[in-house]
Amino acid sequence: MYSRAYKTIVSVPPLLWVGTFLLLPYALMLVHSFWLVRDGFIVQQWNLGNYATLFGKPVYLEVLLRTVRIAGSVTLCSLLLGYPLAYYLSFHAGMRKEFLYQLVIVPLWVSYLVRGYAWKTILGSDGVLNGFLQYAHITHEPLGFLLYSPFAVVLMLTHIYTPFVFLPIYAALESIPRPLIEASQDLGATPGKTFFRIIVPLSMPGLLAGATFAFVLSLGDFLAPLLVGGASGTMIANVVQSLFGAAYDWPLGAAVSVCILLLTLSLLLATETLEKRWSFK
Amino acid sequence: MSALAANSPGAPVHAGSTLLEVRALAKQFGAARVLKNISLNIAAGEFLTLLGESGSGKTTLLRLIAGFETPTSGEIWMGGQRLDKLPAYRRPVNTVFQHYALFPHLNVRENVAYGLRVKGTAADEIAGRVDEALGMVKMHDFAGARPAKLSGGQQQRVALARALVNRPQLLLLDEPLSALDANLRKQMQSELKSLQREIGITFLFVTHDQEEAMALSDRIALLRGGALEQIASPREIYARPATAYAAQFIGQTNLLAAEVRDGFAVCGALRWPTSERDGAAAFSLRPEDILLVDAGRPPVAGSVNFRGTIRQQLYGGANETLEVACGENQTLRVRIRAAPSAAPPLDGEHAFSFQPGDAVRVAT
Repeated sequence: MYSRAYKTIVSVPPLLWVGTFLLLPYALMLVHSFWLVRDGFIVQQWNLGNYATLFGKPVYLEVLLRTVRIAGSVTLCSLLLGYPLAYYLSFHAGMRKEFLYQLVIVPLWVSYLVRGYAWKTILGSDGVLNGFLQYAHITHEPLGFLLYSPFAVVLMLTHIYTPFVFLPIYAALESIPRPLIEASQDLGATPGKTFFRIIVPLSMPGLLAGATFAFVLSLGDFLAPLLVGGASGTMIANVVQSLFGAAYDWPLGAAVSVCILLLTLSLLLATETLEKRWSFK
Repeated sequence: MSALAANSPGAPVHAGSTLLEVRALAKQFGAARVLKNISLNIAAGEFLTLLGESGSGKTTLLRLIAGFETPTSGEIWMGGQRLDKLPAYRRPVNTVFQHYALFPHLNVRENVAYGLRVKGTAADEIAGRVDEALGMVKMHDFAGARPAKLSGGQQQRVALARALVNRPQLLLLDEPLSALDANLRKQMQSELKSLQREIGITFLFVTHDQEEAMALSDRIALLRGGALEQIASPREIYARPATAYAAQFIGQTNLLAAEVRDGFAVCGALRWPTSERDGAAAFSLRPEDILLVDAGRPPVAGSVNFRGTIRQQLYGGANETLEVACGENQTLRVRIRAAPSAAPPLDGEHAFSFQPGDAVRVAT
């Protein structure tokens, strides 16, 4: 058994870390959101003006809605890519399993920025894709919607977060005892029925974890819209960034952040409850 | 119960007629020949056990019949239908898995209903048949429980009900009792046997436990290294083992490497009449077939008598096993009824006898 003193000593650094770099900033953010800016200075005067602006001006809700829509699309697309991939690797890849697994992981080692710029190069009006389309006489002028659009943001974020969706789903599929699949077939279930009645329910915790990853990470992303989003692809994190930066309206920025935080926390709570319902250990 | 008896969609199957036919079945995993040219028939209503050590191919044979593996060569036929070309989900057989393989996200009732549900059986029929199957294994009270909440024995019963509710013509059981503790195991053996009698479904049972095989089976197919060593009723295989391996695997035996000449077999100090031809021959002599002759009691006519020194006395409850030295480097095991507790331990030289007919010629 460890002594009380030992337990206290080892728990101090992590607590200090969480306190200094997580709880304190959150507290500061919450406090700021109830202050206001006057003549270019932050005034410590309690008010709900920031929240009134937030819900009063349609622009903020519009961007928030677009952000949720983009994050939702990213989640859906990475699930549609990640689940079949994980399923194939877990059940049918055989000897190639290890190799393919590494291939899925490798992109995670490449810098986020590099991948962002790669998409710029591919999607731009004189980029690789447009060049090819014109060369092949499929189009006669560059397609404008490819870059600087919500489409480009969804594409880039899907590319980045699919491995994050793949990993928990793969882990969940790997943990399904194979005799269960045989038992299902033995009882007369076709491969399709086995998939929907046994494999999908049992991989649900992994699926939920992956979907949460993709959604929450996309929701707070500001680099992808900056790199490939353009004006029509602006997301809520960009609004926060500009409020804290160029606009110098920290209180309003803090209020927006509090809203995102609440949205994220309630989402995490919901998925945790769901995951519990779908675990049978 | 009769409603649960096997109803065959194809040709009617009469008790005693051949239900399943395995023809020259072989299975190779890479370079390993796990099953070599196995042929056997299973009669309708029979309780047939595949017995063997691990690696003997018994589980592979079961999995080939269930459809979880495809044979390298050979055929499996059932009631005029070729089985080995059908996917597992089209075969009229059901399996009870070694670790039950119950679906963890479904409760007991849903687990049992699964097979009927995926085949699109009408809801009210499902309800009736599931109730019947749960009643048969006495698991009604647990219908709403998830498998994780059940004990090993209870999971076992659910696994049985889940298979039997489909009224298979043939039930495959893959070491179903191996995960249970000794007492529960004995109880489940007895329940399994009476269940099989009651519903009349053909059982193909896999085990490595020879006692279990003897207790349950109508016939035992003994497998060794992927080949069929002997297939016979438990009594026959015990009394007339075909090979030295069969004699040693099923029960204990004394294996005598003898030389036959002029109607007599000679092995060390032992000499007994035999009808085998001249030459080297192996014989199996069960420990309980050798009698300890009490001093003063006259030897039985026609028996083979010899003297031996008791080296070891191993107490086993109802029986005791004696290790008896007779002649140079020759030790025999002799099983006798255990003496009362007050009796002094046995040692020294004693007279023993056996009937020549009990020394059974076995192939090596």
